[in-house]
Amino acid sequence: MEIIESGQKELLQPPDVEEFRRWMRENKSPALKDKVMDEREAVKRFVKDGDYIGVELYGTVRCPMSVIREIVRQGKKKLRLAGQGLLEIDFLVAAGLVEAMDITYVGYEVLGLSNILRRAAESGKVKLVEWSNAAMAWRFKAAAMGVPFIPVRSMLGTDTLKYSAAKVVKDPFTGIAVTLLPALILDVGIIHVHRADKYGNAQIDGISGFAFEMARASKRLIISTEELISTEEIQRYPERTIIPWFLVDAVVVAPFGSHPGEMCYCYERDQEHLLEFLKAAETEETTQQYLQKYVYGPKTHQEYLDLIGRDRLEALKRANKGR
Amino acid sequence: MASTDYSPTELMICIAARLMKEARTAFIGTGIPMLAAALAKKLYNPDLIAIFEFGGIGASLEDLPRAVGEARTFYRAMVATGICDVMETAQRGLIEYGFLGGAQIDPYGNLNTTVIGPHEKPKVRLPGSGGANDVGSLCWRTIAIMKHEKKRFVERVDFITTPGYLDGPGARERAGLPAGTGPYRVVTDLALLGYDEATKRMMLLATHPGVTVERVLENTGFALIVPKEVAQSEPPSADELRVLRTEVDPQRLYI
Repeated sequence: MEIIESGQKELLQPPDVEEFRRWMRENKSPALKDKVMDEREAVKRFVKDGDYIGVELYGTVRCPMSVIREIVRQGKKKLRLAGQGLLEIDFLVAAGLVEAMDITYVGYEVLGLSNILRRAAESGKVKLVEWSNAAMAWRFKAAAMGVPFIPVRSMLGTDTLKYSAAKVVKDPFTGIAVTLLPALILDVGIIHVHRADKYGNAQIDGISGFAFEMARASKRLIISTEELISTEEIQRYPERTIIPWFLVDAVVVAPFGSHPGEMCYCYERDQEHLLEFLKAAETEETTQQYLQKYVYGPKTHQEYLDLIGRDRLEALKRANKGR
Repeated sequence: MASTDYSPTELMICIAARLMKEARTAFIGTGIPMLAAALAKKLYNPDLIAIFEFGGIGASLEDLPRAVGEARTFYRAMVATGICDVMETAQRGLIEYGFLGGAQIDPYGNLNTTVIGPHEKPKVRLPGSGGANDVGSLCWRTIAIMKHEKKRFVERVDFITTPGYLDGPGARERAGLPAGTGPYRVVTDLALLGYDEATKRMMLLATHPGVTVERVLENTGFALIVPKEVAQSEPPSADELRVLRTEVDPQRLYI
């Protein structure tokens, strides 16, 4: 195949589909094993220094924040990140744990830019490789398919491609130029869901973002869930299982796990807290004060929820208008 | 009945909403496009299908979304799917209009939302592509909405995040982008702009109420094509403003 153009940035996580197959065979088990554990154990066992991590969320929606706060507390170092999110990236970058990122978008939409990312990027502290949102999702899709790359029609002709690690080739069938996106196989994937059973069978309400693809692109997979349900309930609606148990390594029960983000049909995002965080994010000093108070301070998710306060959380629940 | 009491943001929303009178499907990004789509649905085009990148298709838009992935993007929607499905729908040619914003735009409609300054050591790091590159690559027609300032309307953008007509006629096709796609309109607080068929360069179509052609040119950092006939945009009608203020964004989240 004729290569027309090559993105000039480093491929942060080169895909090895043969190794991925061996990993699947050796590490993923269909055994029905209770995988419920707290954040501390899940992070200790399944997140390692130097890992390439992916977090499935969009904006402030369905964020596995209890797991992210625990990663910050345990100070996992030299992480590489799939940057298709928001809150989790800022937390990990602010804590100085991120070395490099495949980035698509880090900003707060109507609330503005991310000052934490700005400081990291403008000082050159974090290596950034550019992609589009669809490109990142499709990279997970390729990994989920078990193939080394996927051809798409995005990113062509732009600096987004030039500053990525994608390639443009002449399609041998039609002769048109297509972008080849390398599969993105994650060391660890982290996904917050509405419901899961103790084995890891997971259900998501509303839009599913890229959860389906990312769960299947992860070597190790941590699920955090608003609610733990029975396997019988899972079996009553098997078509609703978006992530099957045999892909999952840890199930963390985390009610209000997305706070200060939201969970559709459950609770609204905590606008006041987000504004407090964004204000703190303006300077390095106040960012660290925020982390002290809300991340390093509370030792468990329950302590964090106590700090936020039951009344406030209940109000976020009441504000949600449901279906 | 026309009103003179409106903000530049309200004007841009009304102009953008009018562009959606005939649209069947529109890929809606965060901010002004959400309000324009909601206004268009309420006033002109109830059948407009609003599509949001993380999976919401055909939401009622009764309540204004705060973000492109939140529940209001699929409240009472027809479909709640995922990002691959939405983007592949665009890639198959099923999404007509796409709305985009940007920190910079050039005469060919290329947009920058990544960096001001060099990529390695940027003066300002912006959010990045997000879904913008995909929308600009895969939708049939894209509409950019932005403030009309000289520092934003530049001869060359610092970084082409999202493809416009790249460097002129035929460039999109040569790059491999789907044939027949590209920038269609630019809505600013001063004017409505389009593109010259032959050169694919930006062209003035209409100036907004009280704005002269000279003022548009003063605020544009490149040679803008000015045809003999430049139309005048209709100001927001009382009806448009009423619906926008009391039904679309009663909480004044954006306006």
